[in-house]
Amino acid sequence: MSPQPASPASFSVAGAKAPVAVESSPAQYLTFLLGGEMFAVGILNIKEIIEYGAVTEIPMVPPFIRGVINLRGAVVPVIDLASRFGGKRSEISRRTCIVIIELTENDERQDIGVVVDAVSEVLEIPAAEIEPPPSFGARIRADFIKGMGKVNGKFVILLEVDKVLSVDEIASLSHLTTEGAVDLTAGGTPSV
Amino acid sequence: MDELKQVFLQESFEQLDALESLLLELENRPDDETTLNGIFRAAHTIKGAAGMVECTAVESFAHVVENVLDRLRNHEIAVSTKLAALMLGCTDHLRVLVANEAGVAQMAGEEIEAQGARLLIQLGEYGPGGQVFASPKTVESGVERIPQSSSAQNCWHISVRFGREVLRQGMDPENFLRFLGTLGDIRHLETLADAIPAAAEMDPEVCYLGFEITLESSADKQAIEDIFAFVRDECRLAILPPNSKVADYLDLIRNLPEDSLRLGEILVRVGALTADELAEGLRTQAVPADEPEPEARQIGEILVAQQVVQPELVVAAVAKQAQVSEKKAQDAKLIRVPADKLDHLINLVGELVIAGAATSLLAHTRRDGELIEASSLLTRLVEEIRDASLQLRTVQIGETFNRFHRLVRDACKDLGKDVQLVINGGETELDKSIVEKIGDPLMHLVRNSLDHGIEAPAVREAAGKAPQGTLFLNAFHDAGNIVIEVGDDGAGLNRNKILAKAIERGLVDAEAHLSDREVFDLIFAPGLSTADQVTNLSGRGVGMDVVRRNLQALRGTINVDSQSGQGTRLTLRLPLTLAIIDGFLVVSGNRSYVIPLDAVVECIERPESEHERNYFNLRGQVLPAVCLREIFNLPGERPARESVVVVQYAGQRAGIVVDRLAGELQAVIKPLGAIFRHLQGIGGSTILGSGEVALILDISALIKISGQLEQRLIARPELRNA
Repeated sequence: MSPQPASPASFSVAGAKAPVAVESSPAQYLTFLLGGEMFAVGILNIKEIIEYGAVTEIPMVPPFIRGVINLRGAVVPVIDLASRFGGKRSEISRRTCIVIIELTENDERQDIGVVVDAVSEVLEIPAAEIEPPPSFGARIRADFIKGMGKVNGKFVILLEVDKVLSVDEIASLSHLTTEGAVDLTAGGTPSV
Repeated sequence: MDELKQVFLQESFEQLDALESLLLELENRPDDETTLNGIFRAAHTIKGAAGMVECTAVESFAHVVENVLDRLRNHEIAVSTKLAALMLGCTDHLRVLVANEAGVAQMAGEEIEAQGARLLIQLGEYGPGGQVFASPKTVESGVERIPQSSSAQNCWHISVRFGREVLRQGMDPENFLRFLGTLGDIRHLETLADAIPAAAEMDPEVCYLGFEITLESSADKQAIEDIFAFVRDECRLAILPPNSKVADYLDLIRNLPEDSLRLGEILVRVGALTADELAEGLRTQAVPADEPEPEARQIGEILVAQQVVQPELVVAAVAKQAQVSEKKAQDAKLIRVPADKLDHLINLVGELVIAGAATSLLAHTRRDGELIEASSLLTRLVEEIRDASLQLRTVQIGETFNRFHRLVRDACKDLGKDVQLVINGGETELDKSIVEKIGDPLMHLVRNSLDHGIEAPAVREAAGKAPQGTLFLNAFHDAGNIVIEVGDDGAGLNRNKILAKAIERGLVDAEAHLSDREVFDLIFAPGLSTADQVTNLSGRGVGMDVVRRNLQALRGTINVDSQSGQGTRLTLRLPLTLAIIDGFLVVSGNRSYVIPLDAVVECIERPESEHERNYFNLRGQVLPAVCLREIFNLPGERPARESVVVVQYAGQRAGIVVDRLAGELQAVIKPLGAIFRHLQGIGGSTILGSGEVALILDISALIKISGQLEQRLIARPELRNA
């Protein structure tokens, strides 16, 4: 047996970092633009892409929750990705889209929409072309990044949607916002 | 069969519930014939149903119970507390047995058996002549076949159907029979020539014969089988050893190609079975039963199950069966519908409501008079359909309440207390999905009252109260909610004890000045129990916070009210349904919101007021108000004229200031999902006819957070401009 190659570009290292992710990782990614930057999401999570519109705002939630939309009878929350990454909310333009992503968390299926500036294309990125995320410098929480895909010599940030759109985390964040707005008395929520 | 079993399980649980409540009733009124008959009928139904789906464990146990009940009914034995307790124990055991059939039993198999055996011994004391089983006949013919005469001791039964090619292969069936004779004495032989076709079609070279043979022999099975070794592959051979069980014969009958009844007759003729055994065996396989009615029914069942229908025998059975089912239909005019079908219907009605709203919106925008008229008719019908289909899912709360009779009775025995359970408003209806989820929280509350609330008789007398305590369960409708009250006339909550415990646990500051209500609310904090000792009823301090969490999950609330020495009352408020509500649509800052119509009292124009404060003069009364624009921080200019929706909630009135009113609508509640589970003030969402999502306001939470927000701004004025 030869020793493990040291090159980070090799398949085995990427595999060692997140073996499960790579094994089940789809080779196809949807790339989209956000604040002029290219991001990608594994295509298996994506249910559909719709035009931005008719978003109902929800009061007393963090700014990265844009609201909810009516997706053929189901009410689906919409997250502003740019704001979720710590930046400003996306400006709505003619090309703004909502990408509907299906997540399974705690055995519950949940559809979540994310606002992106524009959808580009579906790319095939072989596992060998995926680098581990940088330890810092991406200006996005490290656990949000699944890897860095190399496309035409440029890096595309592959997003870890389970983390970015973690229902638990978003729910507790919005709880904090409500608390901040309301400042509940000590000892929990007294009943009415 | 699976479906049949499903029905059986469901029905049995219901019958067991009925049995239990009747038994409790019997305890209070031991002479009531109707109750006794009801009890007998319930036990009998369970037994019969168990027989139909071949749940022998349930059937045989129920049979013994039924025997005792029968004697009770015939006044051979008298009702006693001990007997009632035993019968309740038996009901529990039957429940376990049925649960076991369903694969959801919480006991191990041996445990169940041990429990069953214990109960059977106790039941034995009440059986006829002190015996558990009813008649000696059933013992005889029940499980093991006992030969009639000693000479038949070693009688083997051999069933053989020779293969068609046997003659062509040069073998003569007769030789085998002769050879068989060398092993012992052929006591009886019956030739089966049923397979011989009409003469014209018969092939003389084909063997069509079969034999049923009774052979008295001391040879072993192997030896008998060896005789048929040459034709073993071609023929069908079944050998039953001496003293085989009746069930084995029945299996044999079933496995052979000929008509079962004819075979049965032959078996009787060859002496393998008696006629009685056959009849009995065919109907129950292994379990004795001697009532005429189930007998007839079960023969029918088995025959039908086998798809062997012999008209002259089954006609009687079918008639009986029809009688039985007719009686059942009269007992309760119910149709069993799987819950998911109902849910699907209600979902569809929800979509219909939305589509109807879209149509009527369109009609109004087109200003087409006829279309408006047609759509309003449609809307009215849709509304009726909605109400009717929601009604399908509602059940009375009484069923849930009645379950507590048993709990109270048992707890009283355990705790040495005397408590009377008073139920009011059992006919109040609410959605089944809520009823299912409310059982556990109610159980906690009732246990708490029994354990901590109501004092022991001596203590009560010392306090100048009647020795018998009262626990009451009330239910009634109030403003689109169902209110359930659990109260007692016990000692009440001990304010100081709760406070001390809460301080000890660090839940509140030792310096804090809390109102009574705030102190009582502390009982809902996790891990707080004021019981000095943990009993098997309660005291582990996990109850109340779980109760409140469960209720919150149902969009409900719980309130506690207590007077020291006078008692405690817990008030639960729950929505009537989880699916559709009548709503009142309002618009603020160009966004639509829905206020549950049940909460709306009236709508007024915002009165001119000289101050900036959020209260108005409503016909001489002070009306506090919440301004949606302020609390939701909505953009845009305040319109010159605003409206106020006066809402009432839990006896409190408040105003909601909105930009304009947009009328009534039916709102199909769409949950906002897990992401918004901590969101307060918003109860859910709905889709308007235009396709827009509107938020449904949770009035009580809205008023609450608005009050808290105000408190906070008063405390820290610098935030006002933030």
